[in-house]
Amino acid sequence: MTLSDETRLEMYWMMLLSRRLDERAWVLHRQGKIAFHISGIGQEAAQVGAAYALRRGYDWVAPYYRDLALMLCLGYEPREFMLSLMGKREEPSSGGRQMPSHWSLRRANVVSHSAVVATQCSHATGIGLAIKMRREDKVVLASLGEGSTSQGEWYEAVNWAAVHQLPVIFLVENNQYAISVPVEKQMAVPSAADRACGLGLRGVAVDGSDVFAVHQAFTEAVELARSGKGPTLIEAKMYRITPHSSDDDDRTYRSREEVEEHKKRDPLLVNRRILERDGLLTASRLEEMESRAKKMVDEAVQYAEQAPYPAAEEAAYPVYAEEVRHD
Amino acid sequence: MTEITLVEAIRQAMDEELARDERVFIVGEDVGKRGGVFRATVGLFEKYGEERVIDSPLAELSIVGVGIGAALYGMRPICEIQFADFIYPAFNQIVSEAAKMCYRSNGEWTVPMVIRAPYGGGIGGGLYHSQSVEAFFAHVPGLKVVIPSNPYDAKGLLKSAVRDPNPVIFLEPKKGYRLIRGEVPQDEEILVPIGPARVSRQGSDLSLFAYGMMHYYALQAAQKAAEEGIDVEVVDLRTLYPVDRETILTSVRKTGKALIVHEDNLSGGYGAEVAATIAEGAFTDLDAPVRRLCGPDVPAVPFSHPMQEWFMPNPQKILQAIRELAAF
Ligand SMILES: Cc1ncc(C[n+]2csc(CCOP(=O)(O)OP(=O)(O)O)c2C)c(N)n1
Ligand SMILES: [Mg+2]
Repeated sequence: MTLSDETRLEMYWMMLLSRRLDERAWVLHRQGKIAFHISGIGQEAAQVGAAYALRRGYDWVAPYYRDLALMLCLGYEPREFMLSLMGKREEPSSGGRQMPSHWSLRRANVVSHSAVVATQCSHATGIGLAIKMRREDKVVLASLGEGSTSQGEWYEAVNWAAVHQLPVIFLVENNQYAISVPVEKQMAVPSAADRACGLGLRGVAVDGSDVFAVHQAFTEAVELARSGKGPTLIEAKMYRITPHSSDDDDRTYRSREEVEEHKKRDPLLVNRRILERDGLLTASRLEEMESRAKKMVDEAVQYAEQAPYPAAEEAAYPVYAEEVRHD
Repeated sequence: MTEITLVEAIRQAMDEELARDERVFIVGEDVGKRGGVFRATVGLFEKYGEERVIDSPLAELSIVGVGIGAALYGMRPICEIQFADFIYPAFNQIVSEAAKMCYRSNGEWTVPMVIRAPYGGGIGGGLYHSQSVEAFFAHVPGLKVVIPSNPYDAKGLLKSAVRDPNPVIFLEPKKGYRLIRGEVPQDEEILVPIGPARVSRQGSDLSLFAYGMMHYYALQAAQKAAEEGIDVEVVDLRTLYPVDRETILTSVRKTGKALIVHEDNLSGGYGAEVAATIAEGAFTDLDAPVRRLCGPDVPAVPFSHPMQEWFMPNPQKILQAIRELAAF
C-alpha cells in the first residue's frame, strides 16, 4: 500500500501530538499535579506505523501501557488522556480505577489490559479465535515490551495463535530495557522475532524509529492475517528515552552518554528528516503542527483539571456485570 | 423422570447450551475426540465439530486467557481444566484478568465465561489429582464460585453459568461423577439460579453446612443421625461466592448449632467464612461453638489408601461430629 503525502504527514502529526502530550505529563508530574506517568517517548513511530496498517475501529487491539501514540491513532482523545492522568471520573478506560495508561476503549475495539505484563497476549489470541470462528476478516493486534516476551503468558499465546493460524499480529516494542534489565538478559537470540520462528510463525524485525518501515511490515502482516494466512510477530527496535516511569531513576543503571547517543535516533527526528527529504514537511507546516499540538494539549489539561473526581462510593461497583451502570 | 449420573447431567447441560446458543463453545485438553478424560464432553465433538469443541494445547493459562479474549469478542466459552489441581497456571488469568475485567473497565468489558474443573479426593488420585481449590477463588470479587452436589443442580447450575454475564468457576466433585445419581426431567429445561444455597433437609437440632461430595455424605450422615434421634438440618451451599449469608443465618437461628464440612484443608478454608458469618450474624442464637470438620492441614491428599482415608471426611466422621455437637 503506498501512502498518500497527506497520510504520511498525518502519521507524523500523530507522533508529534503523542510526544507533546507525553512531555506535558512529565511536566505535570514535576509540578505535583499528577501522581504517576509511564511514558511512550521514543516508541511513537512503531505505534503509529502499526496503527495505520489496521482498519481502525474495525480491527481489534490489545495494547500495553506505552501505547499512547497507538491509542491516539485509534481515536483516543488528548483530553481523555489528561483525565486518566488525573484520575477523573469521565476517564473512559476505567473511570479512574486503573493507573494512567492502562487502556480500554470499547468504541475503538480496544480491550482493557491489566498491569500484569503479557496477559493481554492470550486475550488477543482468543479474539483471533473468535474472529476465525465467525469467519470474519478482522485482525487483532497485541503489543508488549521485549522483556515481557520472557513470560510464559506470551509463549502460550503465540504458540496457540500459530497452531490455529489465527489473525493475530504481535508487536514487540523492543526498547532495550525492562525497567533496568537490558535485553541481553531477556533472550539469547538477537531479536524476539527469532523467538517467534521456533514457534512456527513469521518473525520480522524492523527499525522501530522509521514509521514507514514499520508501516510496510505491518501492512504485509495484516494482509496475510486478513486472508487467513495466520499470525506474524513483528519486533520493532527502538530505545526507551525516558526512565521506566515517573517512579524510576534510570541514572542508577545506564549512563547519560548512552541515552544521548540514542536520542540521535529519536523517531520524531528520524521521520522529520524523511519527510523533509521528500519535500513534504516544510518549516511552516511544522510550526503549524507544533502550535496546534500545544493548543490541544493546553485545552486537554484545562478540561481535565476542571473535571470532577469520581465519588468515593463509586469504588464499590461494578464488580459484576449486573452492576454496570449506564449513566 | 429419568435417573442420571452427575457427569451425564453436566454433559447434557453443555449439549443443550451448545445447541441453544451458537456463541457457546468448549475448549480444553482432550475435550474433543476423547470426550474428556472424565467423559464429560463425550459425543459433543462429533455433534458440534472441532471448531466448537476445541482440543487446546496443553496450556491452562491460555485455555483461560484465550477464553477471556473470545468472551470479550462476544463468545460464550466453556473452558475445561482437566483437574482442579492444574488450575494454578491459569490463576493469573482468572484472578488478575477475568475477575477484574468488569471493575477495571468500569463495566465497558465483561467476561461471560465458565471455567469447569473436576475437584476433590477419595479417588486414589494422590496429591495432584485430588485437590479442592474453592477457597482460593471464593476470595475473589468478580468471580462466582459454584459447586453442585447432585445431577439436578449440576445441570441447572451449569446452564445458568453458561448464561451468566460473569466468569463462573464451576467445580465438579469428581468422586461423585458416576456415584451420585438423581432424577432429572428430560423433557423440560432446568435452570437453577446461581446465588442461593438450598436447605436440602429440614431439621431442628443442628445445621450442617456442606457442598459437593461432602453434601452427599452429609445427607447420609444426617439420615443415620435421625435413626439415633438427632434431627439435622442440611444446607447445600452450592454457590460459594457470592456468599448466601441469609440462608446460613436463617438456619442457625433456628437450630442454634452449626457444623461445617469440607474436604479442603481446614485453615483459611471456606468453612472459616461460614463460621465468621455465623459469629457476626447469629452469635446470640448459638447454643454451642461452631464446629468444622475439614481436611487436615497437610499439603494435599496422599495416595496410599489408609492415608487417603485419614485425610478425607466421610459419613462416619460426619456422624461422629454430629453426635458430639448434638450432645454439647
Ligand atoms: C508479571 C509482572 N511482573 C513484574 C511487573 C513489574 N514491571 C512492570 S513493567 C516491567 C518491565 C517491562 O519491560 P518490557 O516488557 O520490556 O516493557 P517496557 O516497560 O520496556 O515497555 C516490570 C518488571 C509487572 N508489571 N508484571
Ligand atoms: Mg522494554
